[in-house]
Formats: sequence, C-alpha cells, structure tokens
Amino acid sequence: MTIDRRSLLGAGVAAAAALQTPMVLGQTRPRVVVVGGGAGGATAARYIAKGAKGAIDVTLVEPSRSYYTCFFSNLYIGGFRELSSIAHSYGTLASEYGINVVHDWATGIDRDARTVSLAGGASLPYDRLILSPGIDFIDGAVEGWDVSAQNKMPHAYKAGSQSELLKAQIEAMPEGGTFVMVAPPNPYRCPPGPYERVSMVAHVLKERNPTAKIIVADPKPKFSKMALFQEGWANHYDGMVEWIGPDFGGGNVSVNPDAMTVNIDGEDVKADACNVIPAMKAGRICEMAGITEGNWAPVDGRTMQSRIDENIHVLGDACAQGDMPKSGFSANSQAKVAAMAVRAALTDSKMFPAKFSNTCWSLIGTNDGVKVGATYEATEEKIAKVDGFISQTGEDAELRQATYEESIGWYAGITKDMFG
Amino acid sequence: MRIWITTLVAVVALSGAAGADETAVQIGDAERGADIFRACSICHDVGQGAKHRVGPHLNGIFDRPAAGFDDFKYSKGIIRARRDGLIWDLARLDAYIENPKALVSGTRMNFRGIKDPQDRHDVLAYLRQFSASPQDIPEAAPTALKREIELDDTVLSIEGDADYGEYLSTECTTCHQIGGDYDGIPVITGWPQEDFVIAMHAYKQKIRPHPVMQMMAGRLADEEIAALAAYFAALE
Repeated sequence: MTIDRRSLLGAGVAAAAALQTPMVLGQTRPRVVVVGGGAGGATAARYIAKGAKGAIDVTLVEPSRSYYTCFFSNLYIGGFRELSSIAHSYGTLASEYGINVVHDWATGIDRDARTVSLAGGASLPYDRLILSPGIDFIDGAVEGWDVSAQNKMPHAYKAGSQSELLKAQIEAMPEGGTFVMVAPPNPYRCPPGPYERVSMVAHVLKERNPTAKIIVADPKPKFSKMALFQEGWANHYDGMVEWIGPDFGGGNVSVNPDAMTVNIDGEDVKADACNVIPAMKAGRICEMAGITEGNWAPVDGRTMQSRIDENIHVLGDACAQGDMPKSGFSANSQAKVAAMAVRAALTDSKMFPAKFSNTCWSLIGTNDGVKVGATYEATEEKIAKVDGFISQTGEDAELRQATYEESIGWYAGITKDMFG
Repeated sequence: MRIWITTLVAVVALSGAAGADETAVQIGDAERGADIFRACSICHDVGQGAKHRVGPHLNGIFDRPAAGFDDFKYSKGIIRARRDGLIWDLARLDAYIENPKALVSGTRMNFRGIKDPQDRHDVLAYLRQFSASPQDIPEAAPTALKREIELDDTVLSIEGDADYGEYLSTECTTCHQIGGDYDGIPVITGWPQEDFVIAMHAYKQKIRPHPVMQMMAGRLADEEIAALAAYFAALE
C-alpha cells in the first residue's frame, strides 16, 4: 500500500477538527468540493485525498448513502449478479481517507463567490470544484414520456430501484409477451449498454418465457459492438430480438405509458414491459452552474478543467471532451488526471502529461463476454484516441469466458479504486 | 464441497497410476514436459540457480508443504491452504495445475490450467527431476529457461522513477488491485522488477496475447515501463 497510514490518520483527525473549528483549520488548507460520488467523483475525491495526505480539505457531496453502479446493473437484470453486489457505501472514503462525505443534493453553484449550495441549506466554499454528476434526460426527447412515467416505463439508466423495477416487469411478462426498448441517440452513457441489456433481457426470457419477443426501436443506424451483439443474439436467442433501425422508422417513436403502447413509425405496438432510454444531457447541476454548451460541459482534456470556468473540473458522462465514450471506466480515468491537476494547482505536487484509457466489457449470454477499448491522450483541442481494439466475431468459447471472467476482476478493481 | 470431491477423485485416480516411489519417467515424458513448461517459466524458475520470480522457484516442489519458503510472499489463499495442511504431492500438484483456482481459491496464480491429463503428467515428470525427494536435482540440469523475449541490457538496467511510476500506475489500478486481492485480474504488486519489465515489453512487442495489455503497454516508453516496475515492486 502506498498510503501512509499515519498521515491518513492525521488527515482524519484534521478533518474532524476542521468541522469543529472551521475558523482555525478550515482556512489554512485549500478546499476541494466534489459533486457526485460515482466513477468520476469518488475516484477524484479519493485520489486527491490520498495524494495530498491531509494537505487538501476534500468534501464529497452525494445524495445516496448506497451507490449502485450503472455498470454491471444489466448483469443484475440478467440474473448474473445480486443487486447488493453492485451497491457501495462511502464509509472507507471517510474513515481511511479523511474525506468529508456529505449526503445531500447540490442545488446551486455561485461561481463568483465559489460556493456550492446544498438542499439542506448549507453552503460549501471551494478553491476547486469537481462536478461529476452523470447524466439527466432531455425533456420531451421521447414523445409521451417524462420522468413521471418512469415507473410504468423505466429507463433503468441510473441503477438501483429503476433496475429492480425493470427486472420485475420483465419477469412478470405474460407468456409470449413483448418487451420493447426505445434506444437513445448519440451521445449517451455507456454506448454498448442498451444492447448488453437486450442480451440480458433475452437471457431471462429464454429461460422463463421462451416465446416472448424483444423489439428495439433505435434512432441510430449503427451501434457499439453491433456485429458482436448481432452474432450473439443469433447464437443464443435466435429469432427473439427484432432490431428496428432508422431506415425502418426506429427513430420515429412515441409512447403512451398509460396504455402501455409504443408507436413505431405510425404503428402501435402493445408492450408488456417497456424500457425507454431517452436522449441525455449533462447532470442538471452543470447547466445550473452555467458551464454547458449545448447538452454537455466542454473541458480541456489536459486538466479536465471547464472551458468556461478554470476553477471547475468536469468529469465523466457530463463533460464534452473529445473521443472518449461516456463510461464509468472513462470517468475513473479522467478523475485521475483531474486529481493530479487539482493537486498540482493547490499544492506543489508534480504534473505529468495526461493519459487516458477505457475498456468496456459486455455480457451477451452465459460466459459469453466481449470487450472494446482504447487509449487516449490530451491535445489542446480535445482528448484524442491513440490506439484501440475490439473483440472479434467467431471467437472461441474459452476466450469469451476468459473475457467475462476478466470483467468480474475489473469490476472488483474499479470499485476498489473508487471507494477504497 | 465439489472442490474436494474433485481433488479426492484425482488422488484416487493417480495413486493407482503413480505411487510415491515412482520415478519421473513413470509419471510422464519429461522431455515433452520441458516443452510444455515453457508457459510456466514466464513466472517460475526451476533448475540449478533457480530463484523466486513472479512465482516461487520449483526446485524440490514434490512433497513440500504449500507456502514453504520464508523468502517468498504468498497469496492469502495459499497461506490458508498451508494451514489446512496442503502438501504438494503428485495428486495435489496434478489437481492444482489442472485448475489452480479450483484447488486453492484466492491463489494469485493467474493460469487457466492444463486440461489434458497427459500434458499435466509430462510437466510433472519434468518437474520431478528437480525435486530432491525422491530424486536429487541433476548435477548438469539446465538452468533457468530462456526468457520469453530478449531485451537489451540498456533497457533492463534503466533505473525507474518510482514517483513517475506512481502516477502512471493509476491507469493500471482501474483493473489491477493494489491490495493484493485476485478477483480475475492478475496481481502485479511485489514482482521482481526484471520480470515486470520483460512482461510489459512482451506485451508491447505483441508476444504476449492480451489485447488490453498490448494496447496499454504499446504506448509506454522504456523509461515508463521501468518507472512502473520500480513502483509496483515496492508495493506489498
């Protein structure tokens, strides 16, 4: 372990002291506030606290006490994981790393005063602010759907109760029933996510309800790992999945949650379970901070600083950075660059050239895992792809199983890297 | 427990084929085993002058208790197996190299196993030659096998900057846990620096097959690989 226990303990004590006597200690240490405790925010908070060894006061604002990772939530829907196995708490970040974990909603940002206001009434001052709020949905993106319909037609694109709901609805489908997915337009969180989900739903239905059908209405002519998924659907779930691309009206969709119908290019389909994944934008707090252009918050990849406010760094799904896909792995990778930049700005630690990487594993069927990945570097203009790879169609079963097993190892690794 | 049933079956099956006094020749074809052992030699030395590498050396492995060296840092899984009385007799070695994780859960040995029984017996016949019990290590035995790639001394002797390695390591720790836990992605802490450098260059040259690692190593300069080796070697 690189962490110096003694200084960490010191950090914890100092943090506790700071809470009691902010006038004495609070002003002497630079303050970092991190909003959002997912793959970007939790990693950034941990790496800043770990590297600064008490020299920086780190506060993490996250409403949930139990955080459910969106990655691997499809495996829960498919019955390959327990929901509890993708839940994580913030205890170690507080106790081992001295991070002040505040379970509250950030409701506003005053960029001039450099404060974050919380729903509970508190106001947190910062020297540097890290926003890693994930995604929100664009109002009116799917005609007939808004968040008030999310219990009838779940998005399940923020994991937890939504995942539970969708799983229950799939399992309750009548014999020979129909599952409809409304897939999102680019760019969105987790490019292979909707198609891994289709695979997991097919896996459940093949076992419980083999005459059921799956319809995917998709506004995109091509999607991530398309050849791999289509091969897998033919191999495992022959004839069950009907994918309707934009050439056949997959982008011309409205829904009626009360009637449980989906209109695809003028034709009504009765759905027994329906998963609507609307178009996405940066988590709302970015817009409230006034740092978005269009739907996302543009950043300079060399430091992950907002192009609009250099005191704010934006990570993960919410930022517009260039070539990296919106994924937990990407957010974790970007968080480390931001942590290095923040530490270099607030203390005298070293700054190295930014490097990024991403790998996305997807499960298509039992022991049938595939992956895609790339490395990236930061230029003045954007985060640019350097090199990449993707699983091949026709790979043997042993390799696919090894890929799946590797994804389990990665999950254990990244969640430890996030939460300590 | 299925694991133990499997093991017991293996014990019974093998005790008929090769008792404790059998010689290497009767276990399998040692010459063929030497060839198969090449995959193992990425991590394990055997023969005269063998030393610990990513894995412990395998001289005298037969009938040695698990986790038998004081100067090698074993996984928690192997240490637990030792407490449970695991001795590396022929049957247990056979079961272990068939599927390491099935015999010792939590082992760090990142190896999928050898499915073919004849291949396993040949490797064990090869290894048996280097076990003092019941046979002495042959005087003129080959020393450590050739490394998977040949690297210039100038590359091997680069002194890594561990501070730089710490920053670079953040790319590794998304998958490789630094606490030493093995959940499907190899543990890379505590490796001898030379082994680390050779492994990374083997990925970079695409001799080792893993696509993620080929990509990650592919863009690391010699100094960066040395920096990572220095950083990870110092971690427990």
